[in-house]
Amino acid sequence: MKKHWYHYLWIWTIVYFALGFFNILFAWLGMIDFLLPLGFALFGGNKWFCNRLCGRGQLFLQLGSGLKCSRGRPTPAWMYSKWFRYGFLAFFLTMFGNMLFQTWLVAAGAGSLREAVKLFWTFRVPWGWAYTPGLVPDWVAQFSFGFYGLMLTALLIGLIVMVLFKPRSWCAFCPMGTMTQGICKLKHHDRT
Amino acid sequence: MASKRYASVRRSACVSCGTCEAVCPKQAAAVINGCWAEVDSGVCVGCGLCAKACPANCIELLERPVTP
Repeated sequence: MKKHWYHYLWIWTIVYFALGFFNILFAWLGMIDFLLPLGFALFGGNKWFCNRLCGRGQLFLQLGSGLKCSRGRPTPAWMYSKWFRYGFLAFFLTMFGNMLFQTWLVAAGAGSLREAVKLFWTFRVPWGWAYTPGLVPDWVAQFSFGFYGLMLTALLIGLIVMVLFKPRSWCAFCPMGTMTQGICKLKHHDRT
Repeated sequence: MASKRYASVRRSACVSCGTCEAVCPKQAAAVINGCWAEVDSGVCVGCGLCAKACPANCIELLERPVTP
């Protein structure tokens, strides 16, 4: 198959997480992965982002198939069932909303900046080396830490299921994938 | 000469992730309007890479009907 520029976006995924490790403000770039898929779905009625541009999916394929890190076992049926996919989407959006709420608290002066990344929505990992206080308003930094935590959590979950099951098992229940497929089905009046 | 088998997608189970499109060596698989994937049976050579890679286990290899 002829390779195009977008076949190498798995490199961007590695770069993104490396950048965030050294300077948390780069986490804002992850909003591309949030807004572009929605844009393609809402205005284009397609999942072009998932299908061609998603660096995370490409990275899982590179590691899982290319480097044989995946066991290749069938993904459990519950993992790609409608109830789990939409349930996980609801959960992820709730956690995203909570992260926005924490950001708002800091912006309103009702909370203080926490220089830590929360993994799996539970484990607070100090990340202070990646931010110089006072560089930007505290809420900008707070969003960076929160968003990076969400992105890194998703990556880690994806890596775990990549190893345990098929390389792109994450794609079966990825919240962005579920959301954009739902939007496309509504746009194209599909009731499958 | 057509292959003995071809890939077929169960639309209801498809999560339209595009993995099949990414791995197909003949570009026979494509996601249609972000809703589900389809495999062009005329192009498909039945290699099974898409079925193997599909995270939703919704692709199966079917036997082509034998034309008399």
